[in-house]
Amino acid sequence: MSKITFAIGGVHPDDAKLARGCAIEVLPLPQTMYVSMAQHLGAPAKPLVAVGDKVKTGQVIAEPGGFISAFVHSPASGTVKSIGPRKDLAGNNATHIEIAVEGDEWVEGVDLSDTLVTEIPEDRQFILDRIKACGVVGLGGATFPTHVKLNPAPGSVAECLILNGAECEPYLTSDFRIMLERTKEIVVGAAIMQKVLGGCRTVIGIEENKPEAIEAMQKAVAELPYKVEILPLKKKYPQGGEKQLIQAVMHREVGSGGLPISVGAVVQNVATSLAVYEAVQKNKPLITNTLTITGNCLPVEKMHNYLFRIGMPLSYIAEYAGGVPEGAAKLISGGPMMGRAIANLDAATVKGSSSILYLSEESTKRGQESLCIRCGRCSEACPMGLEPFLLNRLYKVGDVEALEANAAQDCIECGCCLYSCPAYIPLLDRVRQAKGMAMAAIRARAPKK
Amino acid sequence: MNSIVIWTIVILAGLGLVLAVVLFFIAEKFKVEEDPRIEQIEKTLPGANCGGCGYAGCHAFADSAVKASDLSAHFCPVGGNEVMKKVAEILGYAMVEKAPQVAVLRCNGTCEARPKTNTYDGDVSCRVKAALYSGDTACPFGCLGCGDCVDACEFGALSMDPATGLPVLDENKCVACGNCVKACPKKLIELRPKGPRGMREAVLCRNEDKGPAAKKACANACIGCGICVKTCTHEAISLENNLAYIDPAKCKLCRECEAMCPTGAIHGVNFPKELDREGIKARVANRKKEVSNE
Repeated sequence: MSKITFAIGGVHPDDAKLARGCAIEVLPLPQTMYVSMAQHLGAPAKPLVAVGDKVKTGQVIAEPGGFISAFVHSPASGTVKSIGPRKDLAGNNATHIEIAVEGDEWVEGVDLSDTLVTEIPEDRQFILDRIKACGVVGLGGATFPTHVKLNPAPGSVAECLILNGAECEPYLTSDFRIMLERTKEIVVGAAIMQKVLGGCRTVIGIEENKPEAIEAMQKAVAELPYKVEILPLKKKYPQGGEKQLIQAVMHREVGSGGLPISVGAVVQNVATSLAVYEAVQKNKPLITNTLTITGNCLPVEKMHNYLFRIGMPLSYIAEYAGGVPEGAAKLISGGPMMGRAIANLDAATVKGSSSILYLSEESTKRGQESLCIRCGRCSEACPMGLEPFLLNRLYKVGDVEALEANAAQDCIECGCCLYSCPAYIPLLDRVRQAKGMAMAAIRARAPKK
Repeated sequence: MNSIVIWTIVILAGLGLVLAVVLFFIAEKFKVEEDPRIEQIEKTLPGANCGGCGYAGCHAFADSAVKASDLSAHFCPVGGNEVMKKVAEILGYAMVEKAPQVAVLRCNGTCEARPKTNTYDGDVSCRVKAALYSGDTACPFGCLGCGDCVDACEFGALSMDPATGLPVLDENKCVACGNCVKACPKKLIELRPKGPRGMREAVLCRNEDKGPAAKKACANACIGCGICVKTCTHEAISLENNLAYIDPAKCKLCRECEAMCPTGAIHGVNFPKELDREGIKARVANRKKEVSNE
């Protein structure tokens, strides 16, 4: 039993990794795909193609719209049918490029073979350029452009690269499956990032509810010539949070408002590592990712782990997997703790899509909100050491100064407070708003560039 | 016993007297000179401290008005022209008259017209709801119906109508302070001129989706068809992003657009007579004929 975990807070929901036995299947291409321009953190990408253009799989179809932004590539070959607003997962309009799929003809220069390439390019800038050109973003949830994260500001030194294989969200098994099936690629990806960061210590943290993954990764590390450690972690949510993982692995605390690099850490997801491998070693742009179809109102034989292409409508994937099951009251994209409810199943998948989760009514229905009894469970559960009940009260009276003094801006929106509240107070909903208010106040004060 | 009482009174009274004298001289020495007009103006103002003028409260407004060189940047929406006339008199400035305004909700997506597509069970707050997703109907622009504007109104002018799911305005109570405008995360509330005898026309919709999508989401939506723009003879209506907008400064209240609108997105209020839809349609058709004949 590993005892390595973060120091304070956290909760222990049932991990429900029901789809852990389902091998990754490749989804066939649909007839039409919709590629969103806003599938990464930061500025939306700017389309580079026009209606009627012929595109090939892997061709650049949009360029970064700012410093923090990413390239977007065509997920299939075909014709651009339209460019315009389309409803995303949350029902809001976002610019999408609609592609009428005609086949899967790839652009030249991409290595489509399965052979493992273990030789890492020497040139650091070459690696970073490849990662940027292939549109790699963080696949742990935040979709932060990877080339920005791997290139810390001058003066800051990376002492440790942490790969997040915790997959602490219940139900999700996509990271688990790639750790089993694409083990060596992930390790090579880690070694590539290690090289970019100047050869720092590299640790892959995996929660111990995935013993097969730990075993497979340990075997791969032993066989490959890189200095990468595998660290089994205690099972606790939100272990996969950046700051929590740093604390578990390095025993260092990222200060309020600070970035991981301030304590010498860089955290990347294992799926990102795989994308980095494919980008650098195979010149393959990020147009695929793994997605889990699971839930508590779905029989295990209908669960799947799919390798999808970005731009596939969720409804197409759901239909391919056998349709929305009866009794599914809530559909979630992402895990049940931090995922977003799917308001529009016709929305297209994006780089960061990780699941379609079917949950029953009884497991998702919120209780009637009642008064706070000051039991303090939310404060105990908060992994950031905040006092959600206090932030809730300060939010209600709109005291921005006090919110900032009580570090509302440090909330990581993990939902532990809401999960543990016996009075069913929508703490996360309000603390998220409070965080926004505090952040706005901090930004307003910051000197203008 | 008696002497203790007397001594206590004498000592405390003496102490009080001495401190009063000391405080008097200190107060004289460190006196803050404040323009007496500030207090005068503050007394004239309604004292609602609502912030509708853009200042932190009535005192801040008075303070800033005294320092300003004219009254162009100062207007108390609660007191209106009457109060501003008095303020102008106190300061000796020319008065800048403004047409009285009223809050207008630019959404008429009633429960009937705009069917629910999902169930929301989170915090009853428009802000929270808007941060999570587009809302529980297919219209991502419309009213979320959680009543943040009602909470923001300090004058009790807004209330939720359970039948329509939309907030209702009590025109007599609305002072156009703009707090509801700030509270609405969908930016649906606009301050518009009250109009002559309260009569005014407005497009009560903000849906910028293309016609079919807008219509599918809400039967009362503006579908951007442009009929109103073509009908209007006063060039008061503009069409941008599939959405019509009536400029209140140019609108002559002829109600032709309202009668011609195929979805009923244009609403007129406080008109003495009911809208003669057929009559207006015939009139507009005749006019078109004449134009084409010429």
